[in-house]
Amino acid sequence: MREDWEPDIIVFACNWCSYAGADSAGVSRLQYPPSVRLIRTMCSGRVSASLIFEAFRQGADGVLVTGCHIGDCHYVDGNERCQEMMEMTIRLARTAGIDERRLGLEWISAAEAGRFAAVMAEFVERIRDLGPMSREDRSVSSRTPGGVEEAGGARR
Amino acid sequence: MGPGSLRSAAEAGADQLRIGVFVCHCGTNIAGFLDVDAVAREAGASPGVVYSVTTMYACSESGLKEISESIRKHNLNRVVIAACSPRTHEPLFREVCGEAGLNPYLVEMANIRNQCSWVHMDDKERATKKAAALVRMAVAKAARLGPREPIEVDVDRRAVVIGGGIAGMNAALDLGDAGFDTVLIEREPDLGGRLRGLYRLYPSGREAREVLEEFIPRVIEHRHIEVLTATELTGVRGFIGNYVLTVRTGGDERELEAGVIVVASGADVLEPHGLFGYDGERVITQLELARRMSQGSVEAGTIVMIQCVGARLPEREYCSRVCCANAIKNASMLVEEDSGRSVYVLYRDIQGYGTEFEDWFARAREAGVVFARYDPERPPLVDSRGVRIYDLLLGEEVLLPADLIVLSTPMVARPDARSLGQMLRVPVDKDGFFLEAHVKLRPVDFATEGMFLCGAARWPCRISEACAQASAAASRALVPLVNGKVVVEPVVVDIDEAICRGCGLCRDLCRYAAIEMVENERGLAVARVNQVLCKGCGVCAARCPSGAMTLFHFTDEQIRAMLRAARPALLAGARHGDEGGSAGGVR
Ligand SMILES: Cc1cc2nc3c(=O)[nH]c(=O)nc-3n(C[C@H](O)[C@H](O)[C@H](O)COP(=O)(O)OP(=O)(O)OC[C@H]3O[C@@H](n4cnc5c(N)ncnc54)[C@H](O)[C@@H]3O)c2cc1C
Ligand code: SF4
Ligand code: SF4
Ligand code: SF4
Ligand code: FES
Repeated sequence: MREDWEPDIIVFACNWCSYAGADSAGVSRLQYPPSVRLIRTMCSGRVSASLIFEAFRQGADGVLVTGCHIGDCHYVDGNERCQEMMEMTIRLARTAGIDERRLGLEWISAAEAGRFAAVMAEFVERIRDLGPMSREDRSVSSRTPGGVEEAGGARR
Repeated sequence: MGPGSLRSAAEAGADQLRIGVFVCHCGTNIAGFLDVDAVAREAGASPGVVYSVTTMYACSESGLKEISESIRKHNLNRVVIAACSPRTHEPLFREVCGEAGLNPYLVEMANIRNQCSWVHMDDKERATKKAAALVRMAVAKAARLGPREPIEVDVDRRAVVIGGGIAGMNAALDLGDAGFDTVLIEREPDLGGRLRGLYRLYPSGREAREVLEEFIPRVIEHRHIEVLTATELTGVRGFIGNYVLTVRTGGDERELEAGVIVVASGADVLEPHGLFGYDGERVITQLELARRMSQGSVEAGTIVMIQCVGARLPEREYCSRVCCANAIKNASMLVEEDSGRSVYVLYRDIQGYGTEFEDWFARAREAGVVFARYDPERPPLVDSRGVRIYDLLLGEEVLLPADLIVLSTPMVARPDARSLGQMLRVPVDKDGFFLEAHVKLRPVDFATEGMFLCGAARWPCRISEACAQASAAASRALVPLVNGKVVVEPVVVDIDEAICRGCGLCRDLCRYAAIEMVENERGLAVARVNQVLCKGCGVCAARCPSGAMTLFHFTDEQIRAMLRAARPALLAGARHGDEGGSAGGVR
């Protein structure tokens, strides 16, 4: 892998726990690699397979979904729905030939500043090891949910 | 415009984008670690952006004034603030933009401080690059925001309090004193909760019985309070301002209507089965000790108390907070009662807090109570002769011949707290205690609007804390009761009935019963959302197989645009699936 290559990583974070964890990591000045871009959702249960594949299509080398620990979701159990969605997404990724290690799911609470920074560092390292996603993989991901075929029908 | 319609700029067409970007220095918090000028310059070149500047402190009075003046002067119709966290500052910026005539929901923040300058302090170049990306993403989202009106609902000006312990009684009194009819539900035949089983209380030394004798009549005789004892809650539906609770007293079912609900269901105490030879006779809990003390039936010359029994362990990490004070108070009283007694307190750490604690601690030592520390790796051993403890100071095992062994066990969540939580649609934490909306900023609110919590239901606490929280919860609950109206955040879903296939998945997924299946004019089943009930979690929108659902403020269109904007290289070329093209070239 080229030494100077920086992966592009999308991190979805739920407002109540993981995004707050990211805020706390900042307050504590915990350093982690700058390759991650956070997208806030109210709950991890908002993230869909099609958004994850869209992230890959748009150039992400890794996608990490984060939410409250099981039992702590502010919408009762949206994170359990998220977990089911991730399991399905990983299956789809596998059939589409995307290395499933490019997808991650982690529970990080508002208080876990250290854990937030550590999870970011680990995920960036994992994607660095995997290297850039190939063009072929990206084009394959257009046959996954939310891709060209499906999106047409859903759009208004 | 009604709350149901989702008009984004892209759809509005005629609505020309005029985005203003404000990049905050936050003194040196941001500007010290990344190039804010470069970020503002790059943002200025983004599609739809007509104005982009840096500002020293966006949230200061002058910073806010600058934002509102710029909105007027440059006729801005979207605002992006690149600063700190929307969790803390979005309400402020929304309010200011609202005052300047911009719909408050047309504001977006990019968190370039907590997520960038503070966490990439040694790499200014890459921090600047990342900040620029975060701003591009926020601009892309802002371009697709639509104006929204807050949803206003009428409030039924009555309250229900669940749990008639000290916390619940206090909350009911505060609500009743303010003139609002309140129903207090208690499942036991009598009010009082845990205090019914306690003797003299820390720190005052007053008998619990006296405290209850003072409280209970005030509650029962209050003209605005109705007490329902031996009553179980069996169901809850509705939403802030309009809750309907079903309760059962004996064989009778009844419905209660209320605008707000206060949860004060308290906690249990761990029964230490299998720990330290617990048998309820010679080895008892602090609760049993309180009972014996109140009857004057403690017959023991040597008493050993063991702290942290079943607490601060991997399976129950928390400290129960009342046990140290309770043990010290009981130990002092036992020796003071009969100076011939020896009382030992075996502890891991003495967790004392509050202004009265040191006095009690000194009093116990003066009375002759012996405190000895034990190592959780080598816990005390209870056998027929007494308690063996490895003395950390002496470095050897010591036998304390005890007639009575008292275990301090933690308060634990009630076994049915989780099912009560499910009924109320509020969360519990990993230990089963109810979880507040925000540990620091909203400590007695549930995330669900119109529901509040207090007392030991939330966390082990003392009576004074339970009462303080109860008054806090009551005053929070009074806000909607006094106003008679509430405004709920319009982050809700919208269902396009023309696209919905009527599969019913969303209805099954929604934990707030916000979706029902109805028949449309062509006789087909479609999903319909009650936007007052919807909490905006987006679970339904993530799963809808036909893409019929849009979650305002977190739409697929907005998130896809953010994903596109995350990488500069891909911005230039048009990509498949790029539906948000209208953002460009409208300056
Ligand atoms: C051994 C021990 C000693 C203590 N000593 C002291 C002391 O000396 N000083 C001090 O300040 N604090 C002391 N405490 C702490 C004190 O007991 C608590 O602070 C206090 O009881 C909390 O009051 P509460 O109303 O929140 O809960 P509780 O007292 O537990 O009351 C909750 C009530 O809600 C009812 N309820 C529960 N679920 C439902 C439902 N679903 N429907 C209807 N009703 C329901 C219960 O029946 C109960 O009556 C001690 C605690 C223990 C365990
Ligand atoms: S808006 Fe946020 S980042 Fe800017 S000065 Fe205020 S606290 Fe700092
Ligand atoms: S999940 Fe989608 S298609 Fe199914 S009923 Fe709900 S809105 Fe309609
Ligand atoms: S967004 Fe959440 S609360 Fe709203 S209807 Fe969907 S599942 Fe229910
Ligand atoms: S709110 Fe954090 S996962 Fe649901």
